[in-house]
Amino acid sequence: MKKWIAFWNILLKDMRTYYLKPPNISWGIIFPLAWTGMFLIRSGTGLDSIPALLPGLMAISILFGTTSMLAVTVTFEKKNNSFDRLLLAPISFDLLMLAKTSGAIFFGIVNAMIPILLASFITDISVSSWPLLILAVFLIAVVSTFLGLLIAVAVSEVFEAQTFSNFFRFPMIFLCGLFLPISKLPIFIRPISYVLPLTYGVDIMKGLVKGENFMPIPISFAALTAFCILIFGLSKHFIKKRWIS
Amino acid sequence: MQKDNEDIIVKNLSKSFLDVKAVKDISFEVKAGELFGFLGPNGAGKTTTIKMMTGLARPDFGSIITAGIDCSKNPKAAQHLIGIVPDESNLYPELTGFENLCFCASLYGIGKAEREQEARKLLDAFDLKDAANRKFAGYSKGMKRKLTIAAGIIHKPRVLFLDEPTTGIDVASARALRIMIEELHKQGTTILLTTHYIEEAQRLCDRIAFIVSGKIVAVDSVQNLLKHDEGKYFLHVTHKGKNPDIAEKLTARFDNMTFSFMKDSSFRLESQEPINITPIVMFLEGLGIDVMEAKRIIPSLEDVFVRITGLEAGIMRKDKEKQGGGK
Repeated sequence: MKKWIAFWNILLKDMRTYYLKPPNISWGIIFPLAWTGMFLIRSGTGLDSIPALLPGLMAISILFGTTSMLAVTVTFEKKNNSFDRLLLAPISFDLLMLAKTSGAIFFGIVNAMIPILLASFITDISVSSWPLLILAVFLIAVVSTFLGLLIAVAVSEVFEAQTFSNFFRFPMIFLCGLFLPISKLPIFIRPISYVLPLTYGVDIMKGLVKGENFMPIPISFAALTAFCILIFGLSKHFIKKRWIS
Repeated sequence: MQKDNEDIIVKNLSKSFLDVKAVKDISFEVKAGELFGFLGPNGAGKTTTIKMMTGLARPDFGSIITAGIDCSKNPKAAQHLIGIVPDESNLYPELTGFENLCFCASLYGIGKAEREQEARKLLDAFDLKDAANRKFAGYSKGMKRKLTIAAGIIHKPRVLFLDEPTTGIDVASARALRIMIEELHKQGTTILLTTHYIEEAQRLCDRIAFIVSGKIVAVDSVQNLLKHDEGKYFLHVTHKGKNPDIAEKLTARFDNMTFSFMKDSSFRLESQEPINITPIVMFLEGLGIDVMEAKRIIPSLEDVFVRITGLEAGIMRKDKEKQGGGK
């Protein structure tokens, strides 16, 4: 019980001081709007094509909302030594990491829901399974946030966290089948797509919204879960190695 | 094996960073309720030792037992018993003083009503009541240190680690902090204080360890450390001009005295008998060295530190000046 007091207060503090700040809220609204506008102009199609854009928009919104946010906040706290205060708290390392990442995961989920909410006012959205879509959104948010944690361990300055996040994000966006189906990518690039967690997240959402998944949905879920465990484990290992050396 | 009245037992502790040995095989014990000082210049290994004792660094070798718990193996198990005030204030700039204290208490699982009550009590005790609702970022250095100490004790730790608590703050704030530390000591908290202020250590600590280049060179009470120099006579000479053979010639001429030469054109001499200044001054003038000042000194902890460590006390003063002094 006492440990959950710490967990809840870390999460609450992060929500108040980082994620629920007006610039971040406006980012969550403007970002999907800008991407939708860009896609519509680029494709030249009407509002009816919005459902087709949704999986991609949601994935990008989550990725951009979580990865750099967590990397930046953790790097900021590490830089001003306040992260040490958390490392010195009598709570397990796993619980501490989950508390630190929960805020970003929640922020990512909200970011993903904004395009759906906006689209629902404009057009009809048919999803084959809402619970599965929400689970996919959750897992994409978790894996993107854990990626942000891994980035935070690798950098020491706040600006590095931002630029290093892009190093992962942009290749991921272009290779995960969002813009171009993986089957149309050059054959030597395809293996890279399969080691990107976003590939599986996007495929699940494409399947649920458009019925255009190229892998069975349970396999994609299993792959996403495996990525979550792997990246969390790696982050934990490197944090212990670098910050409690 | 934990002795009944010891809160901390450190044995053969070592730590290296790449090829730099930061802490070299140190051992010491801190009794329950004791205020134990760790005195040494910057880079001596004080902060690294504290980091190992609190779980922020892993020792390469050795053991740390805090309140019966082996911190070298399981630091998390002891963290609810210890409070840490780091050398730099590490609270959250965007939270108010009150919010910071409440947040720190919550990390130890303290419920809302209790943590708010404790936070108010501490803000009052530390004379920060009026700044309770101001953001930490807007606090002065002295206020930041006070709040950082308050955050370190809000969960009522059995053992408190204070890392350079008065470094870089003004005289009045440093004095107020020392009074607070004395108060905590009186209340029975075991305190491990690291400092490079010799006077501060002398005034506050029950026992002191001198640490230099990662090694503890002496551990004793202030009285016992000073006892060694009882019945001895000391003279400090400051001169102008240099003679490369000054050390050799003085030692040869006054062979019943011990000389310690400093880098800043001064030396200290120690004798078992009262020192007659005139022959020394005349001898130096004969060597072409002008004596600016020659004064008899009563041995202080600083003298003991210089004698034991072989370091100039000036190194400690320079550290102090670099960090803005708090004296």
